[in-house]
Amino acid sequence: MLIPHPLLGLRDSQEFTYFGDASLMWRPDPEAPEAEAAFCEYVFLRDNPAGVHRELWFHEQGDRSWLVVTRDTTTHEILGAELASDVKGAAQ
Amino acid sequence: MKFSGFKVVKEALTGHKGWRPLWRNPDPKPAYDIVIVGGGGHGLATAFYLAKTFGALNVAVLEKGWIGSGNAGRNTTIIRSNYLLPGNQPFYEFSMKLWETLEQDTNFNSMVSQRGIINLIHTDGQRDAYRRRGNAMRLSGADARLLSRDELKKMVPFLNCDNARFPIKGGLMQPRAGTARHDGVVWGYARGADMRGVDIIQNCEVTGFRIEDGRVLGVETSKGFIGAKKVGVSVAGSSGRVMSMAGMRLPIESHALQAFVSEGLKPTIPGVITFGAGHFYVSQSDKGGLVFGGDIDGYNSYAQRGNLPVVEDVLEGGMALMPMIGRARLLRSWGGLVDMSMDGSPIIDKTDIDGLYFNGAWCYGGFKATPAAGYTFAHLLATDRPHETVTAFRFDRFNRGYVIDEKGVGAQPNLH
Ligand SMILES: Cc1cc2nc3c(=O)[nH]c(=O)nc-3n(C[C@H](O)[C@H](O)[C@H](O)COP(=O)(O)OP(=O)(O)OC[C@H]3O[C@@H](n4cnc5c(N)ncnc54)[C@H](O)[C@@H]3O)c2cc1C
Repeated sequence: MLIPHPLLGLRDSQEFTYFGDASLMWRPDPEAPEAEAAFCEYVFLRDNPAGVHRELWFHEQGDRSWLVVTRDTTTHEILGAELASDVKGAAQ
Repeated sequence: MKFSGFKVVKEALTGHKGWRPLWRNPDPKPAYDIVIVGGGGHGLATAFYLAKTFGALNVAVLEKGWIGSGNAGRNTTIIRSNYLLPGNQPFYEFSMKLWETLEQDTNFNSMVSQRGIINLIHTDGQRDAYRRRGNAMRLSGADARLLSRDELKKMVPFLNCDNARFPIKGGLMQPRAGTARHDGVVWGYARGADMRGVDIIQNCEVTGFRIEDGRVLGVETSKGFIGAKKVGVSVAGSSGRVMSMAGMRLPIESHALQAFVSEGLKPTIPGVITFGAGHFYVSQSDKGGLVFGGDIDGYNSYAQRGNLPVVEDVLEGGMALMPMIGRARLLRSWGGLVDMSMDGSPIIDKTDIDGLYFNGAWCYGGFKATPAAGYTFAHLLATDRPHETVTAFRFDRFNRGYVIDEKGVGAQPNLH
């Protein structure tokens, strides 16, 4: 699989380490009243969809940036990649 | 139709005209007491033990393709009970004991072959860890033997014991472990269940659950609605997809796992051997092919196939361990869809929806569990209580902090 790195162009997925569902970027608020339950969900439960999946890849053997890659889990086709910092910035 | 040596001889002499199909292909009835979703090894074993041991009469297994077309027909057939943790090991030893009487129980040749497994040791630290594991196995009633380097060299002379980076210093052996014929297991359970009245319905995909007031009433399928008092889901790699139709999120990611087989060779490998310095394991099938595999591909996948980097990694492991494998030609490789859980251990439990039960999260190791998963899931479905060997396999272990993490790597499925 080739990942279209927004800064470096097409890179072999072998250069990356896979982390998991992109929702892992959104850590729950530890001060919230339901924090314990929220953290259990955050750490252990996943949507695990068959189809389009947004997921975190770390460019460990490259520029060490985190990417949010959009990929189809039924075909392995990669539909896009963004810098995780941009995704987070845009949401905040 | 009962199988016996006499029957085989008789058929051989009369042109094999007396063999009959091993199970019926019935249309679904409007409703059943218990519906099992998924006709893999686990689903069929569950139906078998429900009918045989727990006296359930009105049971159906719904399979979206043909039975055994999932992981049951794709795995590398290794059976063993060499786990470490108290939540796991008694269950796998229970399964090992059921394997030992399987062929008598089902009257079917599933080619259970206790040819032994050897986990190789490459460092002193690894020897300590395996000694501890061997002791844990023996405490659960299983068998384990620590092998010295010299013993090992006599048993498996082709190993590269003097590899400069990964010298082999010994091994942990479980003599009672081995392999079983994957299709034979599926067919044996299917025939046994069918003979006891279970309807096995193939090409019947479950597309939804009918749930009212928190209680399941049946399943929507490609063959219409089928009512059920209880529904047991046992769909391995499809667990996430199927349980999401009941509105549940699971502590599971689906991943691709690949396997490989070489051309047929004369007998060379006596049992199962696992490399301890990389991920590679190998055995030899009765047809002579070397059957081997390694790591999962490592990213969410429902594709039932893997990619080339893992092919390279597995073959490198093979070359490091037993250079002679380089002379064999690779015949085929394929992939399956494994349900990797957050702690690498399985779940057999009720859900919060009345009448809906779940068996899954078997990761890359559920073939060996087939008899015991079937037995204990049947126990849960019939009695509403977990069997004593699966009390640790509950959904709530994650919230309660009682994860069963054999590898100690945390909630990162691609590292288990
Ligand atoms: C390459 C590979 C090697 C492996 N090697 C080993 C090994 O050496 N030892 C070991 O112990 N384990 C091994 N495993 C793991 C083992 O194969 C699985 O854990 C085990 O087979 C899972 O249980 P099962 O047999 O019931 O699964 P499956 O055979 O996958 O059964 C699930 C069934 O559910 C059906 N299904 C899915 N969705 C629906 C639906 N909506 N409606 C109806 N039916 C549905 C599927 O078609 C499938 O037939 C391996 C797995 C793979 C992929």
